[in-house]
Amino acid sequence: MLKVLYFASLRERVGMANESVSLPTVATVAGLVDALRARGGEWPDVLAANKPWRVAVNQEMAGFDTPLNAGDEVAIFPPVTGG
Amino acid sequence: MSTIRVQTKDFNIADELAVMRQNPAIGAVASFIGLVRDINDGLGVSSLTLEHYPAMTEKALAGIVTQARARWRIIDCTVIHRVGELKPCDQVVLVIVASGHRADAFEACQFIMDYLKTRAPFWKKERTPQGERWVEARESDDVASLRWRTDAVQDAKNEA
Repeated sequence: MLKVLYFASLRERVGMANESVSLPTVATVAGLVDALRARGGEWPDVLAANKPWRVAVNQEMAGFDTPLNAGDEVAIFPPVTGG
Repeated sequence: MSTIRVQTKDFNIADELAVMRQNPAIGAVASFIGLVRDINDGLGVSSLTLEHYPAMTEKALAGIVTQARARWRIIDCTVIHRVGELKPCDQVVLVIVASGHRADAFEACQFIMDYLKTRAPFWKKERTPQGERWVEARESDDVASLRWRTDAVQDAKNEA
């Protein structure tokens, strides 16, 4: 399983702050995003390719090809706006 | 040394500077304080709430300070970022860089802020007369961050 976290506007749109998700067949960030989009409803739009969301794996910024392993913490969030 | 804190309570720059000034090797200190403004994108802002990703925030800030230390001669560095609900005029973020000479302190301070703006996991939600809204990331912040890429710095040097 993966622990998946959502933050800020993305958290509000998906209606939860975190959940457990099975490790996708293609065990990469891209594989996870495809699995989430396949849920339908809000998901394909929230994670649309033309939206500027970001992904971190185990608290480090990650890319589509970043591999995932059971137990990883994956966070999905909009571009940051601190400072 | 480096001090990195994420906190709800306010900070006092004088207290932070007093600690740094104990080190006689320090000849220059540059600092930046970010404040909450009462207007953004044409709407009044009565308050804002800062959300963050607790497990990642301090790690991301520490990573940015490590990169700064690899590029400039930094003796001491403090980064404090507040979270929670803030009002106009409240302090949001403090960066202090101490070095032997001013160029290292000035440049590293600006670098840390530019990187923090685009890489540290904080998000602002504003309360306006038209309701609450999430602040959108600015392209100008990406541009400010990109100028510190080592190849961009080299290009600027070549043009000079």
